[in-house]
Amino acid sequence: MNRARRDALVGYAFVGPFLLVYAAVLVVPLLMGIVISFNNADLFGRREWIGLANYAQALSDPVLRQAFFNTLTLTLLIVPPLTVIALLLALALNRNTRLAAVLRGVFFSSLVLSVTIVTLIWRFILTPDAGLVAVGLQAVGQPPIPFLSDPAYVIPALAVTTLWWSLGFPIMLFLAGLQQVPGDIYEAAALDGAGRWTVFRRITLPSIRRTLLLVVMLQTAAQLQIFGQAQLLTGGGPGGASRTIVLYIFEVSFGRWELGYATAIAELLFGMILLVTLLQYWFVTRQEGDRA
Amino acid sequence: MSGLELIDVSKSYGATRVLDGVSLSIAPREFIAFLGPSGSGKSTLLRIIAGLETLDSGEVHLGGQRIDGLAPGARGIAMVFQHYALYPHMTVRENMAFGLINAKVPKDEIASRIAQAADILEIGSQLDKKPGQMSGGQRQRVAIGRAIVKQPRLFLLDEPLSNLDAALRSRTRVELAQLRNRVDAALIMVTHDQAEAMTLADRIVVMNDRRIQQVGTPAEVYARPANAFVARFVGSPAMAMLAGRVISGESGRLRVRLAGGAELQTAVAAAGIAADAPVEVGLRPEHVTLAPPGSGGIAATVELVERLGDRTFIYTRLAEGSEVIACAPGFSEVRPGDEVLLAIDAAAAHVFSADGTAHHPEASA
Ligand SMILES: Nc1ncnc2c1ncn2[C@@H]1O[C@H](COP(=O)(O)OP(=O)(O)OP(=O)(O)O)[C@@H](O)[C@H]1O
Ligand SMILES: [Mg+2]
Repeated sequence: MNRARRDALVGYAFVGPFLLVYAAVLVVPLLMGIVISFNNADLFGRREWIGLANYAQALSDPVLRQAFFNTLTLTLLIVPPLTVIALLLALALNRNTRLAAVLRGVFFSSLVLSVTIVTLIWRFILTPDAGLVAVGLQAVGQPPIPFLSDPAYVIPALAVTTLWWSLGFPIMLFLAGLQQVPGDIYEAAALDGAGRWTVFRRITLPSIRRTLLLVVMLQTAAQLQIFGQAQLLTGGGPGGASRTIVLYIFEVSFGRWELGYATAIAELLFGMILLVTLLQYWFVTRQEGDRA
Repeated sequence: MSGLELIDVSKSYGATRVLDGVSLSIAPREFIAFLGPSGSGKSTLLRIIAGLETLDSGEVHLGGQRIDGLAPGARGIAMVFQHYALYPHMTVRENMAFGLINAKVPKDEIASRIAQAADILEIGSQLDKKPGQMSGGQRQRVAIGRAIVKQPRLFLLDEPLSNLDAALRSRTRVELAQLRNRVDAALIMVTHDQAEAMTLADRIVVMNDRRIQQVGTPAEVYARPANAFVARFVGSPAMAMLAGRVISGESGRLRVRLAGGAELQTAVAAAGIAADAPVEVGLRPEHVTLAPPGSGGIAATVELVERLGDRTFIYTRLAEGSEVIACAPGFSEVRPGDEVLLAIDAAAAHVFSADGTAHHPEASA
């Protein structure tokens, strides 16, 4: 056996166990999901091949359409501000002071809270009878706002909750990206007479382009699957005003037991996320051309 | 117009003092080398001049203007960084234009300056490449080009040759020498390498232990080192130092008895040095030769032989333990372990007092 062959075998031996698990818990269910989506299926294993009927139903389902727009609105309300705020905070925290180190820890800690705790906290803040906001409003003589029961407020309330909860990870990614930028090019820029804004726009931003792309892609994919907050904070209400796609999938499969239809929606969502992230990737990398 | 003036510059990092009362005056078109061992504060001093570090006390003046309070970009200084510090996402042209755009230089002026610099440095065909696509030597030229287009009053170069291989190094050395003829500015280069400093600089600033040890032309620093540190640091192989004691001088010149018993009649003026004072005698290799057997030389054992073709350096050890390096013309046949006799040209010897102060031989009358 020649050397290259042996090295390759050793390599496969190392990744093999992981690939097996990966295939068992991800690839196989994904393929099974595609098969199930062509069936009229329930949770007890009943299968009846109905071709594309589930997909046809999805395209004309008004509840799904509402969930789709809710999800899209949430994603648009969350991803851009989240990215900007996380970047600004990372820039502010990217220094070697004790305060910055403490604050980095504080922001990162929100990341380890489970969605249950996060929604509990925000319930305390938003609830109209005795929540923090209501108390504040009362102090200035205003009536409380029913954030969680008024269709006009539920989506923004969910967005704010998610923003707060999701800041930690993008901040860490941005900080890691900023640390990669060699310090001497900032010194060169100082000698080149670049002001703060010029340094940010011409040096920092291009240097962390990849991180920016990563953050936007990860967050978009995550927010298109937004679920826990919606279920726990509002249950999708009032009147479906905050029902998201994944929440609807959950209701269809575990509430109505229509597994085939639920997987069809899931496959559509999967395709949409894939498309959006690929578009983002293409949009950012197409201008890089021959970048080394 | 006056050049660069440093007045009593001091700098500490926390409790560690890095520069202690450094004063220096540089003429407008002078080429200066900062030479010194690692950690002697060369880079720190350069960065203070550039404005990348603050100073604790003291003043920096350039062209008659006090600049130590100015932002780095407002000082009329350009710097070539050790690792080039090119902007990786910009093309070569954009790298060179960046500082000029910030300084609001008109567009066609920028274009003509870049064209001219690219011409001088022969990087005209690379202007649309990014630094990542270039070799180390090419990046080095871009870094120099980026400095040239700014038409600064002062160039600072931090170890500009240290990242290049030997061949590129000597070529870039020639280019640096040409550069200084082309630009109307002073140049300060930091280096570890004394050959570099000797060949390029008008004057060398030798630094050690937070202070400037000596400022002088390469010839001065070599022939009349200000103290024992400079004497040992400059010159390759290094000057040998032999411990001894002053015995009565003849006609105003010092006579020294070495630890091994031999006596040397030096050409150093005896004034100001007490009899019996402990001193060190400094001998450059070229002032020590091999004496023929039977003549009155100092006995030594050969430890290492370095044959360079045109001459041979013979590293020897005296019976009392000190090391002396001798120089022989051509290709010497001595071998490690051989017992040899050394002939010392005592009239060329330097004498150093216990505090390191140097006393140089006077031209013989
Ligand atoms: N940012 C810093 N914080 C603390 N100490 C520093 C800092 N920068 C430099 N020093 C210390 O200051 C001293 C001088 O450093 P400097 O970099 O000026 O030396 P140098 O002569 O350029 O050495 P080299 O030849 O190795 O580049 C060193 O002892 C170094 O440890
Ligand atoms: Mg240095």
